Amino acid sequence: MSDRYDAIVVGAGHNGLVCASLLAKAGKKVLVLEANSQVGGAAVTRSFAEGYSVSAVAHLLYQLQPQVVKDLALNIETVSNDMGTIALSADGNHVRFNGDEVSGVGHEDVVQFRDFRKRMKRFAKLLKKFLNKTPPRLANDASKSDLFTLAQLGLDIRRLGKVEMQEFLRLIGMNMRDEVVERFDSDLLRGAISLDAVMGTHLGPRSPNTILTYLYRLAGGDGAISQPTGGMSSVAEALAHSARENGATIRTNMKVKRIVIENGRAAGVETEDGERFSSWLVVSNADPKSTIMDLVQARNVETEFTHRIHHLRMRGNAAKLHLALDGLPTIPGVEKREYADRFVIAPDDHYVERAFNNAKYGETSVKPVFEICFPSFRDTSLAPTGKHVMSAIVQYVPFELREGWSNKTRSAFEKLAIETMAEYMPDLADRITASELLTPADIEEQFHIHGGHWHHGELTMDQFLFTRPVGGAAQYAMPLDGLYLCGAGAHPGGGVSGAAGRNAAREILKSGYSL
Amino acid sequence: MTIQEVPQGRLRSPFYPRQADLDRLFQWHDWKGYASAEGFYDTTLEYFSVRNSAGVFDLTPMTKYRITGPDALVYINRLVTRDMSKIKPGRVAYAVWCDDEGQVIDDGTIFHLKQGEYRLCSQERHMAWLQMSAIGMDVTIVDETEEVCGLALQGPTSCSILKAMGIEGIETLRPFGMATYAFQDTEIMISRTGFTGDLGYEVWLSNDKALDLWDAMFDAGKIYGIMAMGTEALEQARIEAGFIAAYVDFLPANVTVRTGRSRSPFELGLDWLVDFKKPNFNGRRALAREKRNGSTWQLVKLDIEGNKPAHHSYIYSTSKGKKDVGFITSAAWSPVCKQNVALGTVRSPHGKVGEKLYVEIYYQREMHWSKMMAEATVVDKPFWDPPRKRATPPGPF
Repeated sequence: MSDRYDAIVVGAGHNGLVCASLLAKAGKKVLVLEANSQVGGAAVTRSFAEGYSVSAVAHLLYQLQPQVVKDLALNIETVSNDMGTIALSADGNHVRFNGDEVSGVGHEDVVQFRDFRKRMKRFAKLLKKFLNKTPPRLANDASKSDLFTLAQLGLDIRRLGKVEMQEFLRLIGMNMRDEVVERFDSDLLRGAISLDAVMGTHLGPRSPNTILTYLYRLAGGDGAISQPTGGMSSVAEALAHSARENGATIRTNMKVKRIVIENGRAAGVETEDGERFSSWLVVSNADPKSTIMDLVQARNVETEFTHRIHHLRMRGNAAKLHLALDGLPTIPGVEKREYADRFVIAPDDHYVERAFNNAKYGETSVKPVFEICFPSFRDTSLAPTGKHVMSAIVQYVPFELREGWSNKTRSAFEKLAIETMAEYMPDLADRITASELLTPADIEEQFHIHGGHWHHGELTMDQFLFTRPVGGAAQYAMPLDGLYLCGAGAHPGGGVSGAAGRNAAREILKSGYSL
Repeated sequence: MTIQEVPQGRLRSPFYPRQADLDRLFQWHDWKGYASAEGFYDTTLEYFSVRNSAGVFDLTPMTKYRITGPDALVYINRLVTRDMSKIKPGRVAYAVWCDDEGQVIDDGTIFHLKQGEYRLCSQERHMAWLQMSAIGMDVTIVDETEEVCGLALQGPTSCSILKAMGIEGIETLRPFGMATYAFQDTEIMISRTGFTGDLGYEVWLSNDKALDLWDAMFDAGKIYGIMAMGTEALEQARIEAGFIAAYVDFLPANVTVRTGRSRSPFELGLDWLVDFKKPNFNGRRALAREKRNGSTWQLVKLDIEGNKPAHHSYIYSTSKGKKDVGFITSAAWSPVCKQNVALGTVRSPHGKVGEKLYVEIYYQREMHWSKMMAEATVVDKPFWDPPRKRATPPGPF
C-alpha cells in the first residue's frame, strides 16, 4: 500500500522547496523527495576537505526574489549584501566596480559606465516585472489574461519612450562585445562586463543574446550581490524549514526513478529503491530533459514535444573549483579588506571570447576566465581559524570533453586553472592544502542536472519567456495531465531566485487542481 | 575535384521493362520519385479487370520502412492510434498516425513480419517523422522502398491465379493475413490486402525476382483475364471501396499551413482506429479533448442521384443551396454499383447516416456549362463490398 499525497515534488532544489512550501501553506499534503542527502539541489554548502566548507555550485546570491522571502516569511542572514567586484590585472592596476561606479579607468569610461548601468537597469526592470509572472500563452486559444500580460509587455516597452524603445529593441538580441567596445576604452572594463554576460552559459561575448543574459542577472536584484551566512545551504535550510512548518514532508536520499503514469496521466512516483508514492499531482524540480526523457519517458508524451525537449540546449560549460588554503593568497594591489569582494579574471573582451573558442570544439580553455571569491573571509564558519576557502567559477569547461573526463583530464585542467590564477596571485600554489574541481560532468552526476548546466537550459531568446523550456509548455503545466515543472528549466530561469517555484505553485493553485 | 553524378529524373520500378512493353498510352506521372503509369491500354477496361477478373498494379513506389529493435512494439504503439499489441505476427493492420494535435499525418498498413519486426507501408514518405518519434526509444528504422518491390493482384480471379502459379495454401490466407511462400527458388511474401475493396493480394519480393514474378503471374493469369492496371483504374476502385487518399480526401497535417485544414481520425470517419484504452499514443490528449468537445468536420460517403460525377462540388443542407456545409473530395460514377458515388467533408453536426444533403454539380455539354442540384444521401457502408472480399477460402472464380 502506498501513501497518497496531494502533491509530490521531485527534488528539493531551492525552487522545489519554494513550490512545496507554498502548496503546503495552501493546505495541501505535500511530499518532497530529494536524491541527495542534503536539501538545496545546486544551492548547498558542502564540506570538501576536513574543516573546509563551500557553496558547492551556486556561490553568490544575485536574485532571491523579495516576493518569495515575503510569502514564506524567510529570514536569511547574509555576511555581505553589497559585494564589490575587482577585475584583476597582472600588473596590479585593477579595476574596481561598486554598484554603478567604477574606478581605475579613465574619466570617460566612468561616465560611460554610469550611463551603461542606468540604461541596463532600466531595461532589466522590464524583465523584472515578468520574473514573477506566468508567461502568456501565444496560441489561438490564448486566454484574456494571457493577452493582457502580453499587451502589458508591449505597453511597457512602448512606455520607455521612442529613443529608449529603439535602443532596447536594438540591444536585446545583440552581443555584449559590440556594446562594450562601442562604449569603453579600458580592456579590463570590457573584459569584466563580457564575463558577467556569459557566466554559466555556453556563449561567448560575441554570441548574440549575451546582452539578454546580462540583463537577466541584473533583473533579479538590481545587480546587488550577496553572500549568505554559512553558504547556500542556509537559503535551502530556511526554505526547507518553511516547507516543514507549513506541513510538507521532506525526505532525503530518495532518488526518484520514474514518474508513474496511469491512464495517460501522472499518478505518482517510484524511487530507485522501488518505493511508490501516489499523487495525482507530480511537480518536478528536475531539469526538463531529465524530467521528460528519464522520469516520464518519451513514449508517454507527445512526439513533437519530446523532440523539442530533446533538443533543448543545455550543455554546461562552467566548472567549480574549490581550494582549501592555509592563508589568503597575496594579490598585488589588493588591500586586505577587499578580499571580501568578488574577483574576476577576464583581462579583455578578446580574452573571454578566445577562452570560449576551445570549448566550441570540446576542449577546455587554454586561458580560462574566473569568478573568484573567498567566502571564509567574512564567514569564519567555513574554514578553520586563520585558514581560508576559495570558491571559483571557471569557464570554459565543456560538458562533453573530446578526450573524455577522467582523473587525468580533470587534474590537468585543475593544474592549468591554478597556474592561470597564479599569474595574479603569485603564492597561490603554496597555500593550497586541498582542492575540489567540479566539471559539468561532475555536476550532472552529483546534482542530477542534465549536461551539468546549472540554469537547466541555456537562457537564450529561443528558450526564454513564452518558450521556456519549450513552446506550448511554458506555463509550468507539462503536456501530461498532473505533471508540472517548477525548476530553473521553467520561466524565468536559473539563479537562486525562487521565482520559478513560486510561479509554478501559483499556477497549480490557480488551476483549481482537484487534489 | 570531381562531382559525383546523382541520378536524375524518375526512378523505374523493376517491373518497368514488362510495363513498357504493354504501354499504349504513354501516360506516366511521378509518385514519390518513381514513374507510375496512369494506365496502359484503356483505363475503363483496366478498372473492369479489377471487378470482373484480375488487375495488376505496381506497388513498388509505396514507401516501405522496416522497424526493428527491442522497443519496436512500444514505438509503433506510440506512433499509431490503434492498439498494435493486438496485431500478432503474420497479421497486417491498417492504421493512421497523428501529430501532437491529433491531426492525421498519413494512413498506411503495418505488417507484423515476425515477433518485434514490422514493415510500415504508406503512400507518402515519413522518415523525418519516424525518426522524430524514435527519440528516447531503442528502434532502428530502415527505408527499404528501393529494395523491396511489389505487385497488387486484385479482383475475383486473383486467388485462382496465385494457385495456378503454384502458390500452395494461398486460399487459406485470411483478410489482413500475410505469409511467405515458395516461389521458384526463392521466397515471396503475400498479404491479403489491397486498395480496391475486393478480393485481392499484395505480393512483396526482392527486386531481382521481379520480372520472374511478373512473367509467372501473367502466364498463369492468361485464362483468368489478368490485365496490368494504372492509377486511374485504381482511383475509381478505391472510391467505390470508400477508401480515403492523402492529398485528395485529407491533407497530411505536416503540410498544412492554415489552422483547421488538417483532419483528425474522427473527422475522417476512422473512430474505430482510435483506442483510448491502449498505452499512450501520439495525439491522445488532443483526441480525448476532441472526443469530449466534438469534431468540426465529418467525412461522408454520399450516394448521389443522377449519373453526373459531383467533382469538386459544394455540399448544401437544403436544395436552395444558400449555405454550404461542405465539399466533395472524390467523386465517380460507379459502373459496378450503378451508383453516383462520392466522398466529401461536411461541417458537424451534418453527416449523420441517412441525412439528405444536396450537391451542386456543374457539367459541360458542347462547351456550354449547366448546373444541377442533386440530392445526396449519407451512407455508412462502402459502396462496393462483395462477400468474396471476406470469404476464406475465396470461391473459385
